[in-house]
Formats: sequence, structure tokens, C-alpha cells
Amino acid sequence: MTVGEMIGMLIAGACVLPLILIGALTENSGYAFHAMLGAAAAAASMILIGNRCFDGSPAVPPQEIDGKPNYTMGPVKFATVAAMVWGIAGFAVGLIIALQLAFPGLNFDLPWTNFGRMRPLHTSAVVFAFGGNVLIGSSFYVVQRTCRARLAGDLSPWFVVLGYNLFILIAGTGYLLGITQSKEYAEPEWYADLWLTIVWVVYLLVFLGTLRKRTEPHIYVANWFYLGFILTIAVLHIGNNVAVPVSILSPKSYGLWSGVQDAMFQWWYGHNAVGFFLTAGFLAIMYYFVPKRAERPIYSYRLSIIHFWALIFIYIWAGPHHLHYTALPDWAQTLGMTFSIMLWMPSWGGMINGIMTLSGAWDRLRTDPVLRMMVVSLAFYGMATFEGPLMSIKAVNGLSHYTDWTIGHVHAGALGWVAYISFGAIYCLVPWLWNRKGLYSLRLVSWHFWVSTLGIVFYITAMWVSGILQGLMWRAYTSLGFLEYAFIETVAAMHPFYVIRALGGALFLIGALIMAFNLWMTVRCEEAVDTPQAHALPPRQLATA
Amino acid sequence: MTSTEQKAPRRSLWARHKIFETNSIVLVIGTLLVISIGGLVEIAPLFYLRNTIETVQGMRPYTPLELAGRGIYVREGCYNCHSQMIRPLRDEVERYGPYSLAAESMYDKPFQWGSKRTGPDLARVGGKYSDEWQRAHLAEPRAIVPQSIMPGYPFLEKTELKFGDIVDELRANRAGGVPYSDEMIAQAQSDLKAQATPDHPGQADLEKRYPKAQSRDFDGNPQRLSEADALIAYLQALGTMVDFKLYDDKANIR
Repeated sequence: MTVGEMIGMLIAGACVLPLILIGALTENSGYAFHAMLGAAAAAASMILIGNRCFDGSPAVPPQEIDGKPNYTMGPVKFATVAAMVWGIAGFAVGLIIALQLAFPGLNFDLPWTNFGRMRPLHTSAVVFAFGGNVLIGSSFYVVQRTCRARLAGDLSPWFVVLGYNLFILIAGTGYLLGITQSKEYAEPEWYADLWLTIVWVVYLLVFLGTLRKRTEPHIYVANWFYLGFILTIAVLHIGNNVAVPVSILSPKSYGLWSGVQDAMFQWWYGHNAVGFFLTAGFLAIMYYFVPKRAERPIYSYRLSIIHFWALIFIYIWAGPHHLHYTALPDWAQTLGMTFSIMLWMPSWGGMINGIMTLSGAWDRLRTDPVLRMMVVSLAFYGMATFEGPLMSIKAVNGLSHYTDWTIGHVHAGALGWVAYISFGAIYCLVPWLWNRKGLYSLRLVSWHFWVSTLGIVFYITAMWVSGILQGLMWRAYTSLGFLEYAFIETVAAMHPFYVIRALGGALFLIGALIMAFNLWMTVRCEEAVDTPQAHALPPRQLATA
Repeated sequence: MTSTEQKAPRRSLWARHKIFETNSIVLVIGTLLVISIGGLVEIAPLFYLRNTIETVQGMRPYTPLELAGRGIYVREGCYNCHSQMIRPLRDEVERYGPYSLAAESMYDKPFQWGSKRTGPDLARVGGKYSDEWQRAHLAEPRAIVPQSIMPGYPFLEKTELKFGDIVDELRANRAGGVPYSDEMIAQAQSDLKAQATPDHPGQADLEKRYPKAQSRDFDGNPQRLSEADALIAYLQALGTMVDFKLYDDKANIR
């Protein structure tokens, strides 16, 4: 038994009893459930660690085997599978809430199924559960490969992956049971936040420890973005969630900030959850997986230097554009708008760096649907990062804010960029991790691509129309100077677009199911069904032509 | 690209960037510095610039019953569809009332300004509809507004309000700067019951502690102090604390 295993068992063991006690004493049934879940997780980790000690494998795995790094791939595999499972669950909940908006009877008027509780479940499931697992899994893969070193720590990578998924479970079930702080994308209550903080610090240490162990002289650019993502999310998470719990036996807490300051903290957090979780982290994926799949070096190393520093510097200022025309002081709104417009440049710089990496390999778009998916993700990234600065202009925001335009904008980025680059990375990772020559079927990847692209187009066009329509209806006046529409008339006008949006969501979900089947078959079958996995033409031929 | 990099003179900026690429701690420090600036410039002044929150008359902390009702509002995620922030735009002021002041959410933990209006803004919904309208609408929105897409919350009026730790709730608020006095905290339990019970003797004291607090049986069922009682008490208080007949919008210009 190693020292780490001993400490792990001791800490887990020490947690079991207090958690059972809290579960037994609290009056809130949801909180009691979470305490028992925690106790079960602590007990399970004791058993798992104990099992490891006595299963006969060497206590400390070798760092290298035959002069090659002995990579840790278990946690990466787990995160990849978890990402796929959470992704499908998150898309499905998204479809349900889209249908609830079109057909309100689907709320069933029960506490656990109403839109108000399901919507955070959707956002957290896709952003933190699906996206988070993709980021943790891919970062553990990329940092090992680009450092040519085994992950630092032996238990800790597992702790990060399993602990993070436990956080997701607590957060998600909490919303349905009515445990939430009602701060967008920061809904989990104080104890879930504390747990995430511990997991996240270990994540940072594992990542930094691996960088330290590297045998490559340089830290590869993808790792800068991963590091920027991990560090900044830690700062944002703590800053936005400083709270005073009502008591140790209550799941409820009250934040230290209130009103205007709370709003500013929230959108500093909220917008940079987009900037660092959904952008910097996934740009790291771009910087590794696009060059890898295209078999070309990144287009410009210098551009990536500018991209990194400009992006992380400017993004952090953009939060106040969520608070235009509110009671936030004007100077802060103007600063937010100015930096949001400037943000267009580093965003497009990054997009160009990714897309131009295909120089000399453009033909691959015809033959490799995985690469096509990643390049289209960059196109959507470019579109969303143009639309964002546009919507941050106060005059535009006056119309778009509070409407579905925002929802459409978010989904252009989330479905088109984040999900597509994730799908691309997972399509690459699964054959690598399970030692398969290639995917089960590239034709199914093509189907996935076209079905879900159609879904995205339905989704965002429906939201553009409904958002702008609703914004215009709210401010419409009759010739006599009265407001033309009652609020409820603007709600009724949204119905057809909500139906089209749900259709788009359904197509996107079907695409993900096709993907899951394809990956399942890839792992199950040794051989691919449609053989031409290699490109139609050798890449060099075209490059020199 | 690699060839130009090798040819570049040693002292060029690009070469100097090597320190970040070869030293993870330098990269960590550099990143932390760069991401701190924006947040510091935008957030820190909000705590000391006096014109961030204008001084207005009438603002007071929520009564225990309103606070419990706000807890229900937060629990059900109402912010997903309802904003509480009227912007100073002509149509909004005409539709919802005077634009929201920063002071009006100064005791809101968390703020509930929201970001989406699937339903209308609620910043000034207090007093706009009767208690009975609110109760019936919460229970079955489409019985009142046929085209509404709001979920029904019939369980609220059937669920007993749990307020065992209301004293701790007020304390936690005070720890974050809400000016609840010792007296308010000590009387929280009885204040809560007094506000929801018609003709309760404690109402005079309640109104002294919380001016303009409205006391009655909000959900129309005197037998039960339900979650609907608390939520409707909160909704009826929204946006009513500042009297806009007396509010001087020029007074705060500095």
C-alpha cells in the first residue's frame, strides 16, 4: 500500500460517518439524499482503493515501459464514455424542455418536472457534464502525449474524473429536488461548490505535475489553453460562489454579494464560463486534434501566441454586456461592450489558425467526415464570435436581450462549435484509446454530420426569427401611441418557432445516438465495416501539386 | 513558420516568449495576472463608488415570510423565464412601470434580474393582481390566461411551508450585509406567522420592523400556512418598496 492510497482511504473513511449523521439529522429530504450519496461514494472509494492494494499488481506502476512512457488511459476512457452518456442525456433533456415551451402540458405540473427545474438540468448536463468530461478526458490525453510523460499521481487522476462526475450527479439531482442558488450556470449549492473546488484543485495539480514531468522542452500550445481554462475556472468559481450556508444541516446558502455587485460577479463568472470553459478549453482541443487529424502542423505558431494572450486578456472584460441598460453603472456597461467588440479579433485569429491548418490537406474534407465536423465547428465558432460582439452593442442588445435571439446565439456556439469539436475529438479518441484501426463506420459519421447540421440550422434560424420578432413586438406602437401587443400575444406568436426548434433539437439528438452506436460498434468490433479509412489520395500529393 | 523562427534574432519578442513555453509556473503566474485585470477594474469599484447604488427612501430587508417566499421563487427557478429588471426604455417603462433602480435589489441574495423573458418582467408585479388571481394563476395558469405556456404549480398551496430555520436564514443574510437587527432575528418565527394570519396581534410590531409589510392570508386558505402564502407575499411586495411619487431621480446625479 502506498502513502497516497493510505491517505485516500483515511480521508474517505473519515467522511462516511459525518455524512451519514448529516443525512440523518437534516429536515430537507433532498439534502439527506445527497449526504447519503456522499457517504456511499466515500465507502465505495475505500473499497476500490482497498481492492487495488490487494489485486497483485505492482503498487507503483512504472513510468516507462521499454523506454516509452506508460500513459494512464483509464481515466481518459472513463471520461470519454461519461461524456457520451451525459451528452445524450443532456440533449434529451434539452429536447424535453423545448417541447415544454411549445406544449406546456408536458410540465405535468409536478415539482420535479417543471421547466424551471429542468432547464438548469439541461444547461448543466450539456455544459458541465458533457463538456466537462470532454475537457477533462481530452486534457489528460493531450497533456500526456505532448509532454511524453505519464500523468502525475496515480489515484489523483481517478479522483478528478470520478469526483467530477459525483459533483455532476449531486448538482443535477439537486435541481430536480429543488436545491439551487438560482444563479445561471452556477446553480449548485454551497456543499456541491465546495466539493467541486477540491476536485478542481486536484485537477490543476495533476495537470501542473504532468507538465513538470515532461520530457519535451516546450509546453505545447494546447496545454496553455487547458491551463488557462483550469486556472480561470477556479478563480471564477470561487469568486462567484462565496456564500454563507444557513447551517450545516441546510442545503441553502446566501451569497456574500447582493444586488448590483452580485449581478456583476455573476456575469463576470457567466460570460467567462463561456470564455474559458466553452472556448479556451475547446480551443485546446482544436490545437491538438485538428493538426493531428489533418496531419499538418498548426498554421502559425506566432498567431497562437497572440491568440492565447489576447483571448484570455480580453474575454474577462466582456461580462457586463449581459447587463446592458440594467441598474449596473453605465461605465461598466460601456467597458463590457468595448471589450466584447475587441474580442472579435482574437476569436477570429484562433479560427483562422485552426482552419488554415488544413492548408494542403483540403481534399481531406471530402473523404474524412471527422475532419469535416471539426472544420465546420470552427466555422460555427467564427459565426458565433461575430454574432456575439454584434449583440453586445447596446443598441442591438436593447432589442435582442431577454429574447430567444440569445438562446439561438448560444446554441450556434454550443451545438455548432463546442459539441462539434467535441464530437470530432471523441471520434479521434475512441479508436486511439481502444486500439482500433479506425472507426466502425465513416458513413455513419457522415450521417451524424448531416442530420445534426440540419438540426442546428433549424434551431438557430427558428430562434433568430422568434427572437427578433418578439423583440420587435414588445416595442411596437400603434399610430395612436399605445403599445400594440399585450405580452401574451408575443408569447403566442412564438409557438411555431418553438416547434421548429424542438424539431432541430430532435435531429441533433438523433445524430448523437448515431454517434453512440458507431462508437459502441468501434469498441466491440475489431475491424471496420467500410474499409477506406485512409484518405483517397495520399496527402502530400495534393500539397505539392 | 519554423524556419523563420530559427532565423529570428535572439532578442526578438517571439524568442522571449520562450520563458512561458518552457516554465509552467511562469505560465501560471502570467495567466493569473492577465485574467485578473479585467475583473478587478470592473468589479472592485462597484464596492466603493457611491453612485453605484443611489440612496432612496423605502428600501427595507424582506420580511421573514417574503424571504421564505423568495426561497420558493429561487427553488422553482422562476428566473429562467422571468426577469426582475425594467430597463429605461420607453416600451418597458410603459409596460412594466418605472425602470428598476440598483437600490431596489440591494438586499437580493442572489439577484434575480434574469436574462430571459419567456414570461413578463416581475420587478413591479406587486399589487398588480389580486392574491386570488396569483393563487389561481400559479395553480393553473391556462385557466386564467389561455395562451400561457407557464408550468402549473398546484402543489404550492397544498404544501405546508417549512420555516424551521428561518432564524438561521436571516442570520446568513446578515452575515452578507443585510441589515437585519437582533430584534428582527429574534422575532423571525413569530413575524412570519403573524404576516400570514389575518388579525394576528403581532402585525403592529411586524409593520414597525418592516414598514409597508402587507399581512393577510395570501392563499385564501386560513387552515394552512402554505408555500403559496409565502410566494404570493413575496410577489405582492415586488417593486412596491420605493414610492415613485416621492422618488427624485435628479437627487442622485453627482
